[in-house]
Amino acid sequence: MMIKSIFSGFGGQGVLMMGYVFAHGAMSKGYQVTYLPAYGAEVRGGTANCTVAVADEEIASPIASEPDYVVALNTPSLYTFQNRIAAEGTLFLNSSIINIRPTRQGINVVEIPCGEMAEKIGNPRVSNTVMMGAFIKKTGLFSPDIYMKSLEVVMGGKKKSVMEINRVAFMAGYDFLNI
Amino acid sequence: MNKKVLMQGNKVIAEAAIRAGCRFYAGYPITPQNEIPEYMAENLRKIEGGTFIQSESEIAAIHMVIGASAAGARAMTSSSSPGISLKQEGISSMAACELPGVIVNMMRGGPGLGNIRPSQGDYFQATRGGGHGDYRTIVLAPATAQELADLTMEAFDLADKYRGPVIMLADGMMGQMMEPVVFRTPRPRNYHDDFIMKGAEEGKSKIIRGLILDPLDMEEHNWKLDRKYKLISQTETRHELYKADDADIIIVAYGTAARIAKGAIKRLQDSGLKVGLFRPITLWPFPERELRELAERVEDFLVFEMSTGQMLEDVRLALQGYAKISFHGRPGGIVPTPAELANVIVRHCDERCKDI
Repeated sequence: MMIKSIFSGFGGQGVLMMGYVFAHGAMSKGYQVTYLPAYGAEVRGGTANCTVAVADEEIASPIASEPDYVVALNTPSLYTFQNRIAAEGTLFLNSSIINIRPTRQGINVVEIPCGEMAEKIGNPRVSNTVMMGAFIKKTGLFSPDIYMKSLEVVMGGKKKSVMEINRVAFMAGYDFLNI
Repeated sequence: MNKKVLMQGNKVIAEAAIRAGCRFYAGYPITPQNEIPEYMAENLRKIEGGTFIQSESEIAAIHMVIGASAAGARAMTSSSSPGISLKQEGISSMAACELPGVIVNMMRGGPGLGNIRPSQGDYFQATRGGGHGDYRTIVLAPATAQELADLTMEAFDLADKYRGPVIMLADGMMGQMMEPVVFRTPRPRNYHDDFIMKGAEEGKSKIIRGLILDPLDMEEHNWKLDRKYKLISQTETRHELYKADDADIIIVAYGTAARIAKGAIKRLQDSGLKVGLFRPITLWPFPERELRELAERVEDFLVFEMSTGQMLEDVRLALQGYAKISFHGRPGGIVPTPAELANVIVRHCDERCKDI
């Protein structure tokens, strides 16, 4: 088993955080993982992205030429990655701010209005965690508990209230998706 | 048992260095290795005797390392390709003065300022000494975060054992990527007091210098260094073999390129082609005897580098015409995919069949 995912969005939407926590969760579940962020001369307001590989064998290349999952939090990400997704792969789409729909055929599309859901919960900054709730449910790689534990480790020493609102956000995304 | 943590490559190097007893770090920022000085700045100050200096230049940083090393500290500096070029004067001095120290190069595209993407264009510079004069440096080429940790600790041990600079040669991808890593417990330091400058009234006077004006003395010093390099060549080579036992063709690749090669080999598992990998872990000394032994039963070698072909020359020297050697390279900061390399291997094998 080898699953490669790309998380992409505006700088500041928390895309690197999503990938980091996902990779950490997969590691604590016992999988091999690699996490590779895009680095360097990125521009303010441009896209940030990271690639996470999860496998039950040694991971050779951390790069995903055909990702199984793409999480697009903004429109440029959709344009950039829709044609790279593997056949039968899945695109997670932040339908709160992405108004177009993929032209690419032969993939599953999961629309999550994570921006609006985060507003409703009380903080627009947790929209990435809402998305991850849906992502973890769909991928089924590990349980919400493991994700929340990893989030706690990664955020290290943040206030209890921050963890709590993230838990609510995660479960909202998790329950939003009917599988 | 030590815990498994998920950590970025650059930080793994910095943490491993601190655990190995590195108490002096000087460096100047450059992408893609900035997390090393960042981590050192944050963590060395918390440790007794720890010193972090963001120097005014790369040249200053390497000379600060020389000073700290002469005073007995485990010392390190890091940079990326253009910055490593600037450090060569100091590295040559360290070799001349027989001072231990670790220099990390997270390679990027070049020559010149090039770009900030992962590349392997500094192989010649690292393995041929790099600076002026008759010397060599041990060069370690990690391919995983775990190796970044293990080889950093080993680099300090080797630097002490052979009293000279040791180069850690990786690239931007190794530096930026996170992978799980378990830090092993480092060996205690074994470095004789005689080599440490302790200041006035602390034992016999000592002279550490690279300026030897009498040519006879200089020649003697050169041969002394050479004996050391010969000993290193005989005893310190390291390499990894992957699916090489019944291979018809061997890919030779190091670092990031070796990971890509492994991916390509996995993709070809069901193709009927028998492909294996030879991965040098020490680039100098190059594991040439081990590669030469492989040529006793394999005739076909394909060197793969993220450069226009540098390690290729060491493979030629090692195989001495006993096997066919081909090359595939992607310089300039391109990280090719395993799929691309798999296609290259298949095409290579098709052409070979035509020859027969």
